[in-house]
Amino acid sequence: MSQEKKFPTKGEVILKLRGVSKQFGAVTALDNIDLDVHAGEVVALVGDNGAGKSTLVKVLAGVHQPTSGTVEYLGEQVSLDTPATALEMGIATVFQDLALCENLDVVANLFLGHEVSPWRMDEVQMEVRAWTLLQELAARIPSVREPIASLSGGQRQTVAIARSLLLDPKIIMLDEPTAALGVAQTAEVLNLIERVRDRGHGVILISHNMEDVRAVADRIVVLRLGANNGVFTAETSHQELVSAITGASENSVSRRAARKLEEVGEDQ
Amino acid sequence: MTQETQTKPSPPQLDRADTRVRHDAGIAGAVRGFVDQIKSGDLGMLPVVLGLLLISIVFTSLNPVFLAPNNLVNLLFDAAAVGLIALGVVCVLLLGEIDLSIGSMSGLGSALTGVLWVNSGVPLPLAIIAVMLTGACVGLLFGFLRNKFEMPSFVATLAGLLALLGLQLYILGPTGSINMPFTSPLVRFGQILIMPAWLSYIVAIVPGVLILVGAMRTNAQRSAANLSSGGMSVAVVKAAVLTAALLFAVFYLEQGRGVPWMFGVFVLFVVILNYALTRTKWGRSMFAVGGNAEAARRSGINVQRIRLSAFVVCSTFAALGGVFAAARLASASQQAGTGDVNLNAIAAAVIGGTSLFGGRGSAWSALLGVLVIMAISNGLTLLNLSSSLRYMITGAVLAIAVIVDSLARRSRASHGRA
Repeated sequence: MSQEKKFPTKGEVILKLRGVSKQFGAVTALDNIDLDVHAGEVVALVGDNGAGKSTLVKVLAGVHQPTSGTVEYLGEQVSLDTPATALEMGIATVFQDLALCENLDVVANLFLGHEVSPWRMDEVQMEVRAWTLLQELAARIPSVREPIASLSGGQRQTVAIARSLLLDPKIIMLDEPTAALGVAQTAEVLNLIERVRDRGHGVILISHNMEDVRAVADRIVVLRLGANNGVFTAETSHQELVSAITGASENSVSRRAARKLEEVGEDQ
Repeated sequence: MTQETQTKPSPPQLDRADTRVRHDAGIAGAVRGFVDQIKSGDLGMLPVVLGLLLISIVFTSLNPVFLAPNNLVNLLFDAAAVGLIALGVVCVLLLGEIDLSIGSMSGLGSALTGVLWVNSGVPLPLAIIAVMLTGACVGLLFGFLRNKFEMPSFVATLAGLLALLGLQLYILGPTGSINMPFTSPLVRFGQILIMPAWLSYIVAIVPGVLILVGAMRTNAQRSAANLSSGGMSVAVVKAAVLTAALLFAVFYLEQGRGVPWMFGVFVLFVVILNYALTRTKWGRSMFAVGGNAEAARRSGINVQRIRLSAFVVCSTFAALGGVFAAARLASASQQAGTGDVNLNAIAAAVIGGTSLFGGRGSAWSALLGVLVIMAISNGLTLLNLSSSLRYMITGAVLAIAVIVDSLARRSRASHGRA
């Protein structure tokens, strides 16, 4: 792997998707998706439920294989056929369903598949690195020697994010990272995303929370029904984003807003 | 040690920063932790200890010979073969799979030993290696069927049960049994060879010493890394109790013939597998795949290779168990590996604390479980009960073990312990 040695400079295109499609039987989950991710930027992927965000993430993570289309990584065309390949190349993912092993403790989960000294695991070193990493994330994990089953949803989320950072990847994909988090942890995750970006990593953020997206995203890529539906920036107005997501300026969100406005007017 | 966190306000240790967690330290803490663990359904060794106690009381009251040193020595001789098979079963159970062909595989193993060594004159070590390789190939086949065709291991190995039994009958030929010379090293190993007393005593002391040395080293490493160290009190008590128990066991067995080499070899394999499962990446991956195969896959673990390795280890141990069984009986026959061998091995693993649902267990469970199973079988034989009754009782014990496993699992789920 030649890309192990050179770290991409800021602004360089790390990941380039062209015409990526994915079919599940008769259903087209992704239709001709184009996507660029540069080093040192946060790309937000937004879209309604079923827009294909999670499928796209799974394709990039090597969980699903695209039906057609090309993926270029650091200028070379690659095929991401297993999760291990994606991880080795430096594409780390925090899945929405977290993908943690409930029967193992926090340390074991963090280092799963990448244990320190495989023939004689160095538990002490792994535990120290686990604590250091978790403290960097300002995480509140009571004990790293408890099985994941005993942790709350937010704590599991933190463990999953910490795990993705362990291998120092070039791209981190976060699928709804703040959905289960409290106010403070959400802020921490957003800080973390900015910290990761400033280190020159590319970040792909999936979120339904427009506030979070605007707070950190450099570009906002909208998917609709599995296809590209425009690229926006954080300065784009809320209405514009919503209409891109729903596909019409007249949509349930705008109708609801209008109705609320009317109700307020009637009350007065 | 217990008061350290309160008296020393200096920078908190990495793992003691969170004040919400009760940190058990010292002996009282260890006891409290143990009680919590049992209550939440993490039973550990408790069922085995209670089971052995109950079995000893019942059988001794029915027939005092049960606890006689030489009977226990016999029990250990008998336990080695089934124990080895159970050791392999632990590996597949950890993944939430099962191997029902282990009995037939051990039968085929003993038949092959007879054919290669006695009939064809292949040197014994080569014959044993060939038998183990055969086991490995069978394991590869099961793993392949599971990986490529998504064939449930239950069905694949059930087919294997019949096919391997057929192969066993085929290679034994019309005579149906091969006797092994009584003076040969293999049969002496299976029936006579006893570890020298001094060696047995040394071996009995080793675990305690290892616990102490291990605890000291871990504590030193942990405090060097600014992690809390548990203190030595627990390790000292553990080591003392264990050493006392083992020394007494050896002393008692030495009143009879002593500790069989066969059992010693079995324990050695248990120790090796235990190391592999707890201290290597392979072992960690086994637990991960058993706990959540998809999560393991997404962490970059080659799930298929792990599965393959588990089936290979299981069938290889089963084949080696067949060699041990042949050594014990001094013959390879059509009956080898049939009857209750299958269920005894699986029951031993489950009784010892390896969950049928995957992701939980240890190599020790094979050792502990096989002692329980063999104690029951030995006791029933002493009572001159027919095999019909023995089967029924062993079946009931297996059912009880699985019920305990299920209940404990439910309780763990409700206590958030996976």
